[in-house]
Amino acid sequence: MTATAVRTSTPAVTGRQTITFAKAITLGLRSVLADDPKTLVMGEDVGRLGGVFRVTDGLQAEFGEDRVVDSPLAESGIVGSAIGLALRGYRPVCEIQFDGFVFPAFDQITTQLSKMHYRSRGRVTVPVVIRIPFGGGIGAVEHHSESPEVLFAHTAGLRVVSPSTLQDAYDMIRAAVASPDPVIFFEPKGRYWSKGEVDLDAPPAPGILDTARVARTGDDVTLVAYGPSVQTALQAADALAAEGTSAEVVDLRAISPLDIPAVVASVRKTGRCVVVHEAPTVHGIGAEVASRVTEEAFHHLEAPVIRVGGFHAPYPVAKLEHHYLPSVDRVLDAVDRSLAY
Amino acid sequence: MSDQATGEQGLVQLLDPAGVRVETDQNAAYRERVAHLQPDHLRAMYRDMMLTRRFDDESTALQRQGELALFAQARGQEAAQVGSAYALAPQDYVFPSYREHGVLHVRGVDPVDRLRLFRGEDHGGWDPADHNAHLYALVLGSQVLHATGYAMGVQRDGLVGTGDPTRDTAVVAYFGDGTTSQGDVHEAMVFAAVNDAPVVFFLQNNQWAISEPTTRQAKVPLAHRGLGYGIPSVRVDGNDVLACYAVTLEALERAHSGGGPTLVEAFTYRMGAHTTSDDPTRYRDREEEERWRRRDPLDRLEAHLKATGAWDQAWWDGVEADAEALAERIRVETRELGAPPTSAMFEHVYATPHATVADEAAWQAEYETETEAAR
Repeated sequence: MTATAVRTSTPAVTGRQTITFAKAITLGLRSVLADDPKTLVMGEDVGRLGGVFRVTDGLQAEFGEDRVVDSPLAESGIVGSAIGLALRGYRPVCEIQFDGFVFPAFDQITTQLSKMHYRSRGRVTVPVVIRIPFGGGIGAVEHHSESPEVLFAHTAGLRVVSPSTLQDAYDMIRAAVASPDPVIFFEPKGRYWSKGEVDLDAPPAPGILDTARVARTGDDVTLVAYGPSVQTALQAADALAAEGTSAEVVDLRAISPLDIPAVVASVRKTGRCVVVHEAPTVHGIGAEVASRVTEEAFHHLEAPVIRVGGFHAPYPVAKLEHHYLPSVDRVLDAVDRSLAY
Repeated sequence: MSDQATGEQGLVQLLDPAGVRVETDQNAAYRERVAHLQPDHLRAMYRDMMLTRRFDDESTALQRQGELALFAQARGQEAAQVGSAYALAPQDYVFPSYREHGVLHVRGVDPVDRLRLFRGEDHGGWDPADHNAHLYALVLGSQVLHATGYAMGVQRDGLVGTGDPTRDTAVVAYFGDGTTSQGDVHEAMVFAAVNDAPVVFFLQNNQWAISEPTTRQAKVPLAHRGLGYGIPSVRVDGNDVLACYAVTLEALERAHSGGGPTLVEAFTYRMGAHTTSDDPTRYRDREEEERWRRRDPLDRLEAHLKATGAWDQAWWDGVEADAEALAERIRVETRELGAPPTSAMFEHVYATPHATVADEAAWQAEYETETEAAR
């Protein structure tokens, strides 16, 4: 073995580091694996390959095959066996390779994982985390770019979250693993390769799974987004600033529960609300936000809440996805419509 | 027409339908596993099968009286359930489907607690940790994966192959012939096989998945499926309590010692309806039911006990009294299970507070208070 073959991929794991979004999750997982021998990482190709997005890179080498488990190619099997492991006192973190591949496990997640605590009247807990790289814009083929989060948010018993910043990615994965509830953890795959600074010594932030954050303050309109759409909303806010419109961007972080008080507080200030997400707008999270804002801030609204999102069509071919995804221009168009009232 | 899926070839049998011990070269190893059983043991098995049947009968009556929303009888499957459950070590863990009343009886789950789900009073009914017995599974096949995952946890706990019979631990997944068609069962067998998980797949082939015969699920004996995964598989006469006990004991020993999973196909018959909602006269004939009635698991053990002088009238009187007391208790206590308070709807949805649930619970409580006040 030559000197160059020595592993160099594991950086020091303390302090502030400039790393990729994917690596922030890797180090979050590394932290929980190191802290608790009952924590496991499992999924297809998570071991030697380090996952198709390399999010679990190096973890099997460090923690062994019993802690970082290469699973058979069977999503229901991954989640169903994770439930059994959780019943035995383990804390499995499952990786589903892509959004569109979660459906074979949908039954186990919605009929079993979500209800085990409830039907046992709290006698058992199933602290399973299911990581799902989601969203589009990466030029992928069918079933590799979808946003199925509303299907899980609609299911009681599941916590559904999505980080948009590197620090949140690191903090939220640790909080998800620490949570006694099952957490569906949607990772914006289009952001995996973005870089930034992460404080690896940040203290645990359990409330982070329930609370929105104001990503940018503003006075004229509130843009509500989560996951990959936060970046779009921030870019739109930049463009609006250039035109003299001050947009506040609220990053939901949590999809279930929704931090409605945070959204309402912002809308009461700005009087206008535009919700942005990649998932189809119909029956979606934007509809839920719009309804709640209307109920709780009706007299503060200067305009109806407007949604910007995907269409009621299957996620299109990659050559058309730029028409499907909520672009900065479509967000600006929605803001214009709001301001026109 | 010989039917591969429903044929009786290769069944392990220790007690024939007339209650006579069967001695063949093939069952010698299994005979050794039951050689230590004394008349007291056999009478205890009979008693538990009898109480399981009485539980069935009384629960069915309660459903007819409108006291239960639904009930799924285990009648005809008492030998498979009691025999397999007798083989379990206390530390072993079972994942039942919704028909495993005999297994849960042997594990000590209170009979009234077992009816909470069917009464619509609770989705579970007992603490799994108290009995090492999980709650009923209604989405069939899901529990087979849970059992496999639990067994993978047992492995990680270092509780297989220790050589200490009080520590070595195994898991049993109970499911039926229809459930074998579910993808989750296939996935469970893949996971169990490649991980050498200490799990026993205890399949009760009761011939009917509601109205569909086993021939709608398989072209081959169901135990053959295990072989495709590299899982040792055995077919047993499911109405022979001794044989069910022996083959489960063998499977559990394999699991305990680190030898991995086993598939047991207990060839039996569901003598009642699938549940109180269906009508078996629409899909199966009297002749078939009569043929199986002659293979009744309780009659078989009774005949054996009588033929060997182990039937004791005073003991039998006690069993009858116990069965009547059980029925009486179910009758009285099930009716006393009231509806939980409305607030129970919102409890335990999450282990930690969730704003949506908290808001809706508060709204409901206020609505209820206002509605009461308006009356």
